[in-house]
Amino acid sequence: MIYKVITKNEFKKFINGLIGENQTFGPKQVDRRADGKAVYQFMEVSSFDEMDLNYTVTYSSVKNFFLPFKEELSHFKFSDNDWEQAVEYRVNPRVIVGARPCDINALAILDKILMRGAFPSPYYIARRKNTFLIGMDHEPPEDCFCKSLGHDTVHRGFNLFCEDIGEQYYLTINSSKAFVFLKNVKAGKPTKKDDVKLIERRKLLRESFQARVEVAGLSSVLDIEFKSPVWKKWGDKCLNCGSCAMVCPTCYCYGIEETIDVGMKSSRKERVQYSCNLVDFAQVAGGHNFRPLKEDRLKYRFYHHYRGFAENADDPICVGCNRCGRACLAGINPREVISDLQMEG
Amino acid sequence: MDYRLQRQNINTEPFMTKPPQYNRKSIVMRTDKVYKCEIINIVELTHLEKLFHLKILNRTERRIFKFRPGQFVMLEVPGFGEVPISISSSSNNTEYIELCVRKAGRTTSVLHQAQKGAKLGIRGPFGTSFPMEEMMGSSILLIAGGLGLAPLRAPVYWVTEHRDKYKDVHVLYGAKDPEQMLFTYQYDEWKKVNNINLLTIVEKQGKGWDGRTGLITELFKEVSIKPDNTYAIVCGPPVMFNFVCNYLDGLGIPMNRMFVSLERRMHCGMGKCCRCMIGSTFTCVDGPVFDYWSVLNLKEAI
Ligand SMILES: Cc1cc2nc3c(=O)[nH]c(=O)nc-3n(C[C@H](O)[C@H](O)[C@H](O)COP(=O)(O)OP(=O)(O)OC[C@H]3O[C@@H](n4cnc5c(N)ncnc54)[C@H](O)[C@@H]3O)c2cc1C
Ligand code: SF4
Ligand code: SF4
Ligand code: FES
Repeated sequence: MIYKVITKNEFKKFINGLIGENQTFGPKQVDRRADGKAVYQFMEVSSFDEMDLNYTVTYSSVKNFFLPFKEELSHFKFSDNDWEQAVEYRVNPRVIVGARPCDINALAILDKILMRGAFPSPYYIARRKNTFLIGMDHEPPEDCFCKSLGHDTVHRGFNLFCEDIGEQYYLTINSSKAFVFLKNVKAGKPTKKDDVKLIERRKLLRESFQARVEVAGLSSVLDIEFKSPVWKKWGDKCLNCGSCAMVCPTCYCYGIEETIDVGMKSSRKERVQYSCNLVDFAQVAGGHNFRPLKEDRLKYRFYHHYRGFAENADDPICVGCNRCGRACLAGINPREVISDLQMEG
Repeated sequence: MDYRLQRQNINTEPFMTKPPQYNRKSIVMRTDKVYKCEIINIVELTHLEKLFHLKILNRTERRIFKFRPGQFVMLEVPGFGEVPISISSSSNNTEYIELCVRKAGRTTSVLHQAQKGAKLGIRGPFGTSFPMEEMMGSSILLIAGGLGLAPLRAPVYWVTEHRDKYKDVHVLYGAKDPEQMLFTYQYDEWKKVNNINLLTIVEKQGKGWDGRTGLITELFKEVSIKPDNTYAIVCGPPVMFNFVCNYLDGLGIPMNRMFVSLERRMHCGMGKCCRCMIGSTFTCVDGPVFDYWSVLNLKEAI
């Protein structure tokens, strides 16, 4: 890893340079909530000034750039009594600016599951390889508990990471691409003073976390509390809407949809993001449902997120961004559910 | 000044022109690419089940496709959907595979309208298999309920092809009524040629049936089992393998010598869609074949 410092003015030049040559996405305010708080999303931008790099948190995560809500897996062309299948991977290069540490850690978790493991996904690999990702530190929103899960700092999964040390950004360069691009602007070697500022900055951020969850022993609590009344208490509230999985940076479960075009000449097979809280997630032909109750489904989502499973070395996959808690209309949020479980255990 | 990102075109990489090898894990391949097959024969078994003989058309792909008893394929009906189906034929048959499919929903209904000569796709084989080698030298109980005879037929073939390696072989098969019994045309061969003790039973008496009626456990009264040297394979609906395995446990057969095949909703077969998860286990990768001990230790299994 190589470190550099860059003034905020030079950084702006750098980003505008990237925007000029590549499709670029950055955080933008898109709406305002009833309570007055701004709603942000990653949107395509045409200049640095369109972005709001001081954004609190985007409603959905950058996951959707790598696992879009709907994605073609293959298509079939029909002729007479035959067909041909075509498989293609999307390769449009793009830049994403301003991803937060826990969102990048979420991608690193998805990398482990989708780029390695038993059957690496070429769809994901193609999108990941063609994305230049610039991360940025920030003061945590009051309900984010990523520190409890160890995801408030990030060491991999990005091309370039920026830490705000006042007039300058302290840059962590994690790819040769980033190194080469930075030659276009003035970026120097960090001085002793810069290092001190960086340490202070990190300390400040670490100490500004307000939300936390108790994760000690959580996976064994989940194993033991598999039949806990806590699941019924929270499960009964769930509306089975699936919003939590849509906004979550690590939820990746999916379903398959096949559609024939009206002329019956071709068809498309698509991967569609799914949620384990949707009623028919585990329902099979004939109507049997392996998770018939709301509590079964909610429990399963927590089990998957905090107990982990073999594909991810049994590590939890939640990074603690609390997007699910914010999105849930029923007021279900991981902090309270986990605290209930820990009390039981 | 240069800020342009180069395309990383993975569509031109070598794996794009090679057939996928679903038997080999961890390599990058076109995970959605099917092997094109032709339906070379259709056998109507009952009014709900048909047996399809599928031949992989490409020679290289046919050579790559090697499976073990207990494994399944994802069967693609282009334009309609993809469904997991156990391979019901001999793992020695390198010419074609046999799939016994029940008309159960959307995709399987379309499939039931298909004619000989139609082209389908398969991906696979996927999943774990029955440890046939480990069972050599012992007696085997092969127990099936209903459609469970379809996945059980692959180990039955294996046993008939290696008959001298096994002691007593019992096939116990229970169906709802006589009209629903599968593969009836093979029973004589299994009994007379392959020296298999085949016992059948139906729950509901039907026209022309002069065999046994009752639940499958009735059949246990007619076989003598040496628990310390017997393996069991149980395929059928969850309620059935549950009480069958409990019964065998009562006889003293160790739980790690009983094997069951579990069923869950599946959309990928590759441990990616998570639809088939039982607790923290993927039925498609770590199963569908599990020993009963593991099943009891799975959260959500029963
Ligand atoms: C390991 C395994 C082996 C199987 N072997 C056989 C077999 O040999 N013969 C046979 O007739 N059936 C078998 N099944 C069940 C068969 O897969 C379902 O009947 C079939 O998927 C129903 O699809 P459908 O589109 O007709 O039904 P729909 O209800 O329209 O289902 C829509 C989709 O849901 C999924 N789905 C629905 N039911 C099931 C199910 N029971 N299991 C898995 N996915 C499901 C499929 O992806 C399907 O495309 C097996 C299932 C599994 C898991
Ligand atoms: S489960 Fe909730 S808190 Fe955890 S990563 Fe997903 S959205 Fe964020
Ligand atoms: S967002 Fe809330 S109500 Fe909707 S599925 Fe998730 S937990 Fe249930
Ligand atoms: S079928 Fe997709 S994970 Fe098992």
